[in-house]
Amino acid sequence: MFVLVVGGGKVGYYLTKELIESGHEVVLMEKDRARAAQIVDELGSIVVAQDGCEGKYLGQAGSNRADIVAAVTGDDEDNLVICQMAKHHFDVPRTIARVNNPKNEELFRHLGVDEIISPTRMVLGSIEQDIPVHELLHLAALENELEIIEAQLQADSPAVGRSPGELQIPEGCSLFAVVRDGVATPLRSDTVLREGDKVIAIGKADCEVALHEQLIGTQLEDSSV
Amino acid sequence: MKFVIVGCGRVGAALAEAFDAGGHEVVILDLATRAFDRLSGEFKGQALRGDGTDEDVLRRAGAEGADVFLALTEGDNRNVMAAQVAVEKLAVGKVLAKINDPVRAAAYAELGIATVCRTTMLMDAILAFLGQGDTGMPSVIAPVPHVHAEA
Repeated sequence: MFVLVVGGGKVGYYLTKELIESGHEVVLMEKDRARAAQIVDELGSIVVAQDGCEGKYLGQAGSNRADIVAAVTGDDEDNLVICQMAKHHFDVPRTIARVNNPKNEELFRHLGVDEIISPTRMVLGSIEQDIPVHELLHLAALENELEIIEAQLQADSPAVGRSPGELQIPEGCSLFAVVRDGVATPLRSDTVLREGDKVIAIGKADCEVALHEQLIGTQLEDSSV
Repeated sequence: MKFVIVGCGRVGAALAEAFDAGGHEVVILDLATRAFDRLSGEFKGQALRGDGTDEDVLRRAGAEGADVFLALTEGDNRNVMAAQVAVEKLAVGKVLAKINDPVRAAAYAELGIATVCRTTMLMDAILAFLGQGDTGMPSVIAPVPHVHAEA
């Protein structure tokens, strides 16, 4: 695969390194000449020392034959423009953007970026995992807006004492495992759920409200947090 | 009419004053309060410090449903992002972004944003002065009506 990486910061550098090691063809764009030269010394001449936001240089770097463009600079607006130019001007099949402000995730998706990587969201996610809240936790974001979600059942959760077959699980969402006393088991349609169970589900973000209602209860905001 | 301008540089400030003098409602945003020094004491519109690419900031500035939105900062990509928020999220009637890269300017017109390109305008002005023809490109590119492709 031919991957065009834009942004030679830490993320871009290690991404490029890993991709080369796994045998992919990679070109890295980094506009800072000193930084670009440093990367050439370490990884070889796969660096284009130009601004990847500029249409002309994006074309020169071979974006019209790239399978993937990954925009991983530190600036959200740059990453958006790189992905949009790649997608709409150079017909790149798959675009990936790093997003620093979690608020921009939805906008970027709406504007046609295929994949959103949010370091802020990831760190937030792992902090939330350590706090015993009654809310749904986002464990991971997958492609096509799918998410892996964990719901921890409380004593008063409506799903306690019932099995997945008796619950109305929103369409496009699937419960697939339960973690009970630290042991993960596949969730069958006749598994009776208990207090303390962590139900792992996969589904689109818009199923969340319905899923919350079925598993944890109707109150989305919990004042005890 | 209600005008929202992002970027209080020379062009942004002068336009804000002109619209204000014409009796319109004007809000101008910039990241630096110092930029507002460019506005004369007679300016009666609102000058707000804030990031014009941030949807919440723009909503607080009352950009939702504005008649005109102009993205005129020094950064092409900031302008592009602000303009797209205005089109897609804030239902602004007329949106224009300053984009100095001609390739990006043409590409974003195809994505539904009117763009103005200083590079093309300057080249045309200089070429005309020298009697050397023109770039053949419009200085303001009207947006191509565009139905947004959902991912």
